[in-house]
Amino acid sequence: MAKKKFVIGCFDNEDVLFPAVKKVRTAGYKIQDVYTPFPVHGLDHALGMRETSLHTAGFIYGVTGLTTAISCISWIFTKDWPLNIGGKPHFALPAWIPIMFELTVLFAAVGMVLTFCYLCQLAPGVKKHHFHARATDDTFVMVIECTDKTNTDDLQAFLSNAGALETNLQIAEEGWWFGRYDQDEMPFESTQIVAA
Amino acid sequence: MHLKYESQLREPLVTGDKNYHQVTEDILAPIEGKPTKLWYVGFYIAVALLLFGVYSVYREVTYGIGQWNLNKTIGWGWDITNFVWWVGIGHAGTLISAILLLFRQGWRTGVNRAAEAMTIFAVMCAGQFPIFHMGRVWMAFFVLPYPNSRGPLWVNFNSPLLWDVFAISTYFTVSLLFWYSGLIPDFATVRDRAKTKLRKHLYGLAAFGWTGSTKHWQRIESLHLVLAGLSTPLVLSVHTIVSFDFATSVIPGWHTTIFPPYFVAGAVFSGFAMVQSLMIIVRKVFGLQDYITLGHIEAMNKVIVTTGSIVGVAYLTELFMGWYSQSKYEGYTFWYSRANLFSPYGWSYWGMMACNVLSPQIFWFKKMRRNLFVTFFMSIIVNVGMWFERFVIIVTSLYRDYLPSSWSVYYSPSIWEIGFYLGTFGLFFTCFFLFAKYFPVIAVAEIKYVLKTTGNNYKDDMAEVEAQKLDEFVHDYAH
Repeated sequence: MAKKKFVIGCFDNEDVLFPAVKKVRTAGYKIQDVYTPFPVHGLDHALGMRETSLHTAGFIYGVTGLTTAISCISWIFTKDWPLNIGGKPHFALPAWIPIMFELTVLFAAVGMVLTFCYLCQLAPGVKKHHFHARATDDTFVMVIECTDKTNTDDLQAFLSNAGALETNLQIAEEGWWFGRYDQDEMPFESTQIVAA
Repeated sequence: MHLKYESQLREPLVTGDKNYHQVTEDILAPIEGKPTKLWYVGFYIAVALLLFGVYSVYREVTYGIGQWNLNKTIGWGWDITNFVWWVGIGHAGTLISAILLLFRQGWRTGVNRAAEAMTIFAVMCAGQFPIFHMGRVWMAFFVLPYPNSRGPLWVNFNSPLLWDVFAISTYFTVSLLFWYSGLIPDFATVRDRAKTKLRKHLYGLAAFGWTGSTKHWQRIESLHLVLAGLSTPLVLSVHTIVSFDFATSVIPGWHTTIFPPYFVAGAVFSGFAMVQSLMIIVRKVFGLQDYITLGHIEAMNKVIVTTGSIVGVAYLTELFMGWYSQSKYEGYTFWYSRANLFSPYGWSYWGMMACNVLSPQIFWFKKMRRNLFVTFFMSIIVNVGMWFERFVIIVTSLYRDYLPSSWSVYYSPSIWEIGFYLGTFGLFFTCFFLFAKYFPVIAVAEIKYVLKTTGNNYKDDMAEVEAQKLDEFVHDYAH
């Protein structure tokens, strides 16, 4: 994958960050992402992100679990091995409610977590470029993607003006790769820089 | 201006002069430092108990469950008592993380991580008992429904014991996912501060490559909200289903419709008591008094007195029904086998009443709710009482039921059955000590999220805003 050029601005207060996001977006720059140490509510809207549909996926997984439970149990108890339990009906729906419920929850939870990890590209052994070491501590890091026309000095000055305490220019890989956090090397190194 | 606002009437949940960085420093200090001598002592005691438990289980597997002194009618003794006890304890974590999340209770952030860990370890301990109670433990996989060469002989989906298999394994899985997905951002914080290569590598693996991207936060919040929504009925279902193990039988003292709510209340009661025991030690040992405040302790004591009283009402209802039903067997079980102090197991019933119903009533007094010694003492008492409750339900119903000719002799456990119980304590505390040393015991990101609403110094700032005249306030802050 190719590398890209980014200008980053670091903020220490979300009250400064929000107006800065607005200014940067109004000025026409493309914010790649904002890295924050905790969930900052409203930031996703300020960045113009759409709502996540993870909960819809969860609903679908839940329905899958329910269907699996009801179809498996009814097939087993009415067709495959109709066991006479005290003369009670083979299709004993009320007695299956607990398992139907548990499987609904199980499928929904496991499915959602796997989907979440897939969407966010999270897995053990995955490594990504970290723009600032304190983005997981107390710093809000705004990352702006540069084009050929971007004047990076102007942009850095603009960010400082908007309240950034620290700004710098980074050339970085955008995606993820398999790597260890105690080692710096990447499986393949590309020196080509592609403008967005 | 702050983005969020909370009334001055509410007690601050983070005390001291904190900023985001200080929160990280405080909570990660135990992970980044060396373990103390006390930690080693506790850890080795836990491992020793665990090894004794392993040996006890070895005896049971080799010689059969006769090793436990179970007899003709008392087929469930300490083992199932301990199973229900541990599962009950395992209810507080998910209750705190899920139900209190849905109810938007801010104080959950201080205790949810450790409570969830406790839940997971308690469920692990609970699972051991029914598995080894099977006797031939190498056949344990027979509980799983899969096409097999035995017919195919399927499991009985109409049986509460099978519902238990599904309920407890689902509960364990969902709690683990909930807990771990919350841990990912905190592991990333540890990773990014790690000084040694090994720590960087291991926490790097554990953090799954978390960066803190806004989109990822948006998704993780959605994930947690839905998991909370799923876990809320789940946590209620688990102890309901455990109570079905008893309630769907025709044994006097078990065959009652009151069991599900009564068991769930009891589970929450004992779970919160266990959280109190652990949190009082953790906040002291790791110096986290600013994050687990007396306000947190008090809130949990309120839950304890509420659920303890619900359990008390259930006990009295049962006694009443034992008389009102005019069923000879019910009446005998409740009024002779249990409530009569001079019957063979009368001591366990009155121990239960004293520990679960009478003693928690001191938490009606605010002074007691905020007293650490009283709280710690009571948390132990409550768990002793809840153990008695399960013992009462199981043993006093089994030892004398319908036919006097099949009444059993007095049952008391063997050293190996006690050893198995001690072994699960070993397992629980071994896990908990490792957790306390290597995992962030408080959810760092969640504390940062509530810091500006509920932190001491930030609340003081807001006091000035509150003192403003209404029209000035509207002028400054209205959108």
